[in-house]
Amino acid sequence: MSTEQGPLILVVDDYEDAREMYAEYLRFCGFRVAEARNGNEALEQAFMLMPDLILMDLSLPGMDGWEATRQLKSDERTRNIPVVALTGHALAGASEGAKRAGCDSFVTKPCLPDDLVVEVRRMLNTVRNA
Amino acid sequence: MTPLQPARTLSRPVMSSVSDAARLELLEYLFDHHEDLARCARASLEWLARHAGTKRSMCLIVDHDAGLLVGIAGHGIPSEDVELFTSPLDARDPFVAALSAEGPTVVRPARPDSHTRATPSTLLGAGPLTVVPLRGGRDDDTSALGLLLLRPGTGPSGDISWLATVLGQKLDQIRGHGSLAEEVRKLRRERSLLFTIINAVTDPILLTDTEGRLIVANARAEKLFAASEEESEGRRRAVELNNMLFSAALSRSAVEGGSEARELLLVDPSEGSDLLFEVLSSTVEDPREGTGIVSVLRNITDLRRATEQIEENYQRLRVLEAAARAERDRLNLIIDSVADPIIVTDSTGETVLMNAPAEDLFTVPPGAPESAERNVQANDAHFSSFISGLLLGRTGPGEIRRGEIGLLQPTTSEINPVEAIAGKVQSESGELTAVVTILHDRREAIERAHLYEQLKLASDELQARVQAATAELATQNELLRRQAIELEQASRLKSQFLANMSHEFRTPLNAILGYTHMLLQGVAGDLSLAAKRQLQRIDSNGRHLLTIINEILDITRIEAGKMPIQLSEFSVNDIVPEVMAELDPVIGRSRLKVTPKLSPQAPPVLSDRQKVKQIVVNLLSNALKFTHHGGIDIAVQHDAHRGMLSIAVSDTGIGIAPEHHERIFEDFRQVDDSPSRQYGGTGLGLAICRRLATSLGGRITLRSHLGQGSTFTLTIPVEAPQ
Repeated sequence: MSTEQGPLILVVDDYEDAREMYAEYLRFCGFRVAEARNGNEALEQAFMLMPDLILMDLSLPGMDGWEATRQLKSDERTRNIPVVALTGHALAGASEGAKRAGCDSFVTKPCLPDDLVVEVRRMLNTVRNA
Repeated sequence: MTPLQPARTLSRPVMSSVSDAARLELLEYLFDHHEDLARCARASLEWLARHAGTKRSMCLIVDHDAGLLVGIAGHGIPSEDVELFTSPLDARDPFVAALSAEGPTVVRPARPDSHTRATPSTLLGAGPLTVVPLRGGRDDDTSALGLLLLRPGTGPSGDISWLATVLGQKLDQIRGHGSLAEEVRKLRRERSLLFTIINAVTDPILLTDTEGRLIVANARAEKLFAASEEESEGRRRAVELNNMLFSAALSRSAVEGGSEARELLLVDPSEGSDLLFEVLSSTVEDPREGTGIVSVLRNITDLRRATEQIEENYQRLRVLEAAARAERDRLNLIIDSVADPIIVTDSTGETVLMNAPAEDLFTVPPGAPESAERNVQANDAHFSSFISGLLLGRTGPGEIRRGEIGLLQPTTSEINPVEAIAGKVQSESGELTAVVTILHDRREAIERAHLYEQLKLASDELQARVQAATAELATQNELLRRQAIELEQASRLKSQFLANMSHEFRTPLNAILGYTHMLLQGVAGDLSLAAKRQLQRIDSNGRHLLTIINEILDITRIEAGKMPIQLSEFSVNDIVPEVMAELDPVIGRSRLKVTPKLSPQAPPVLSDRQKVKQIVVNLLSNALKFTHHGGIDIAVQHDAHRGMLSIAVSDTGIGIAPEHHERIFEDFRQVDDSPSRQYGGTGLGLAICRRLATSLGGRITLRSHLGQGSTFTLTIPVEAPQ
């Protein structure tokens, strides 16, 4: 997979099956994919790779998704990278919390890989058109 | 004893030659009564009165032994005053001085002072008196033997001096007999004593001669039978009448004989009232005075009056007694007619009277058993002790003593508790005359009190029970309150748990559905048809599981109040095609005709778009699930009058029996709850819909008949409450 092939997506999820599933399907759909298992790794990868979009699971061990998003959005270098929050918490308030933390979009699990790709493409278009 | 003034009937004949004949008459008298000094003096004074016209005069003699001047006779003045008159031989006394004078002197007595001693002036009247010394015939006599006292200027002085000479010689003659003065004194004392005694008798005492003429009378009799010329006409007439009546009574007594008492009605000369006397007469023989009659009159006027009074009182008493008897009979009737026993006792506690009910308690009925007597004795003892308490106690008049006595029915020995009420009856003088006791049967009152006690006990018990129940209720309430808190906590925990669980469910489900999807997308290469069909089963079941999880989550959210309403303005007409689009795969599989019936004039509503849509999705998917042929209508209607909009989903499905119309809205309920039921689903759909509708200020109603389809209608206000 070469760097010219497509946008780089950073998938952050502590649940390996879900993370690898989304990573595999994104690659299958032509995206480049980097992976992180928690908030610290996510920040590390983001600063190092400067991805085009971050898929962020909010419930993470160590630094959680909300905190990681807040730090990304407070940093000059990563502020403009769109963050799509991904959570199994369907209770009301979860999406508001995510938006307050700086997430640009919010997707509830279960989310079919196909639907996720649709959302990723939509967000990338939004950024590109802005 | 006082010789009476001669009554008119006794007056003596007047002689033709006054002077000589009269003087001779006096001398004869004096000769006859040579030894009686007082009588001679009195006769002399009377002679003077008759012949010289002296109205009042007095004779005194000298008693050398006693050293006194003594009165022995008087005329026109009370004889007792004369006889009691004495005066010491004091030379300073003008009367004593007159003894030494040669002839008559005029004495002007000093003004009478308050001295009690009588003087000649008090007897003969105020003013000067002529005092004539009485001398004997002998020359050596320097001092007179006595004095004659007269009012001056009365009668011819010749007669007076003649009398003085005669009387003086007579006095001298009598004194010549030696012990005469002594004898006179003795006689005077006896007479005085006798006179005092007889006058002290309050009954009139009279001595009369056989002709009825008065000889001697005591003071009381004089008042009735003697009156001087000077006394009033009425009095004199009364005295005259009394004399006549008395004479008549005496003569009647003489005719009829006997010495028993007779009644005599006389007139009181001073009062004019009638006086009734009882006369006791007896004949006395005196050798000198002859036969006389002594009469004692006893005044029985008061006695008679008292007797009459007694008689009258007695008659009145009889009338009163009869009235009292009638009253008593009437009272007895009344007392007997009172149902309560009444007992009247006297001041010693003895029973005086009792009515019939009292007799039942205090007397032994004839032929009663032996116990009856004992019972009556016991009753008597109880009653006596009660009464003695009253008799000894210092209860005043009108005060009432109350007490309770346990009496026995004599025949049955049944205990009969009575309330005794006793009052004292007192005479006007405050003396206790009787005690009246009424016994009031207490059995009824006791029974009532007993019932009341039981009632009170029951009431208390009831109250206690109510209190206990109230306390229990309070405890229960407290428990419930705690339980409610616990439940709320439990509910919160449940919600939290379900939220966490749903997250835990979603994570693996996400992977299942994701990988299934990827396989079906051919990410891992082409698949056989059989593998594709099997993967589709996995996918379908996974989605179903997801629906269940979502519904459980919705209920949880609503119950936890974490389902916020997000109001926006939208058209209900727009919702219908969106719902149909969402359920398009299901509609296609069902082969049913779904017809939207929109209402173009319906206004936009202000409500939660997401929730309205969720409800309609639910209603339509239910209709699709339970309808096997026919069609489904989705009709939008606007009720402008009530400001409501409705979306009605009508099907031609299996319908719902009326008894299930309410039940199907309950959580986890379907018409058929059995495990082998024909239709799937959580049974939460309608419960969620109803909750959501309520949160929007609306409701869901059902019209259905078994086998004829159902119509579920969502009605919401045009403007949802905030």
